[in-house]
Amino acid sequence: MPLLSVENLSTGYEKDPIVSDVSFTIPSGCLFGILGPNGAGKTTLFKALSRVLKPWEGRICYQEKDISILGRREFARQVSVVPQFHGVLPPYTVEEFVRLGRYPHLRRFAALQDDDCRIVAETLALLDIARYAAKKITTLSGGEMQRVYLAQALVQKPRLLLMDEPTSHLDITHQIKILDLVNSLSEKQGLTVAIILHDLNLASAYCDQITLMKDGKIFAKGTPAEVLTGEHIEEVYGTRVYIRNDPVVSKPHIFFIPGQFS
Amino acid sequence: MKKACVFIFLLFFLAASIAAGILTGGTPIAPEMIFDALIHPGGQGTMHTLLWELRLPRILMAALVGAALAQSGVIFQAILRNPLAEPYTLGVSGGGALGATISIMCGISGIPMVLFCFAGCIISISLVLGVASVKNFTNSMLILTGVIMSFLFSSIVMFIFAVATSRDVYASVLWFMGSLAAPDSGSIRIMLFLVAPLMLILWGFAKDLNVLSLGDEKTYHLGIDAKKAKTALLIAASLIAGACVAAAGVIGFIGLMIPHLMRKAVGADHHWLLPSSMLAGAGFLIICDSLSQTLIRPLELPVGVITGMAGGVFFLLYLIRVKPTEVM
Repeated sequence: MPLLSVENLSTGYEKDPIVSDVSFTIPSGCLFGILGPNGAGKTTLFKALSRVLKPWEGRICYQEKDISILGRREFARQVSVVPQFHGVLPPYTVEEFVRLGRYPHLRRFAALQDDDCRIVAETLALLDIARYAAKKITTLSGGEMQRVYLAQALVQKPRLLLMDEPTSHLDITHQIKILDLVNSLSEKQGLTVAIILHDLNLASAYCDQITLMKDGKIFAKGTPAEVLTGEHIEEVYGTRVYIRNDPVVSKPHIFFIPGQFS
Repeated sequence: MKKACVFIFLLFFLAASIAAGILTGGTPIAPEMIFDALIHPGGQGTMHTLLWELRLPRILMAALVGAALAQSGVIFQAILRNPLAEPYTLGVSGGGALGATISIMCGISGIPMVLFCFAGCIISISLVLGVASVKNFTNSMLILTGVIMSFLFSSIVMFIFAVATSRDVYASVLWFMGSLAAPDSGSIRIMLFLVAPLMLILWGFAKDLNVLSLGDEKTYHLGIDAKKAKTALLIAASLIAGACVAAAGVIGFIGLMIPHLMRKAVGADHHWLLPSSMLAGAGFLIICDSLSQTLIRPLELPVGVITGMAGGVFFLLYLIRVKPTEVM
């Protein structure tokens, strides 16, 4: 049984649909990559998956139940999100900020219990951010903030984690650290992860399955080897590439051809 | 630990301000006579009337209004995620001022005027929320609509001024500057039995305010319907601010300044920020009210003038000194 299934989904903001007639399923425990050029509708799709936007047509099912009939708090105990843009935030400390992730588990007017505090402490340690737990989030660097956001999403103890470009603005080490961590959570704890990525090679190296989007529709889906072909990439991105097998992870590696637009 | 210290300090600050409020006033009186009247609550005489019917109700009123304005400011800033947000920027005071002006022009006073003024606040905030709902309650839409409504209402007030007699205009202007003098028992009852319980209930929503302060999307991600929660909390915060405006006129700056100062002192967590701001707002307004009665004795200054001047200078110095990462 798939953890999440999207059936003929269309949605958008004002009148024109940004995502139209999209269908796919995310199997339990999978690291599921969503790729596509800017404006392909990836983030809009995520907004529908996280119930920020309502579907115009079609439906989204979590464990075969339409998500629109689930209670919001109940849903937030199952699905959490690492968002893309962070905007202005009040000067919380890292710990205060991460603790907010326990909100869906707390009863009305109830404070954090011992269990909640233990989960927060474990997550801070797991992400190696315990040492700046007392720092204000407004003073953190991009890489630190990305991990703090991930920590907040993880203390929600979700079964499905949605990550919108978690590696943008990060240097290569931080990119790999984040993806290694998510990968190990997926392997060890069975966490299912849907992740929007821009770096095709990172997607190829880490994702079990990939969905390639173009103009609000799904262009191709399958394993990295099936989706990341030269023809697909040229068609979707309008860029010529050539592909070799990566000898270390034996996944496709994409090489860009410089000079093709000059 | 630091937070607990700040909290204890604020309790002392409030106690000290109450003591100052009891000991000072329009008429200078020896402390021992005040003390005598204080420990004999059933007594009689001028001293007794002055303490139990003038000074103490006034202090109670100042405490409730100060706490309510500060709390309302915290809620507005959390929800709108804007350092300039406060009940007055969303048009609560503009509507209240129009209500009060109309009732002064029509010769209405007392409780009907309070109700008129309150109705003005409610109409104003309803218009703001109504217009902003068209655009899904985005924060910039709420703030801009609030500012527009404020301008609209103040233009209507100016229009009324242009055609009114100077006596009525003077009465309105005095009201705009706020006063805690001689609060009628009706206003005190409303503040005590309706506003104070609502403030306690809102304190229970500290957790939700923490989530809302992260923005609409994260609020949905954490399992709250942002649109519904924002509307409900904005209405509640406007109700308490509207009641303050109706009871005591436009007392500026508390809703804006106190939340900023407290955020610096106890951080952004609303479990601490809400009660600290309420204590600080209460103490600050009691002290300002004492000053308004004593600075140019025997005349009394409008308390809004004191909060504006003292608060303005203090807040400006604070903003110059604070690190940019600590302002929200």
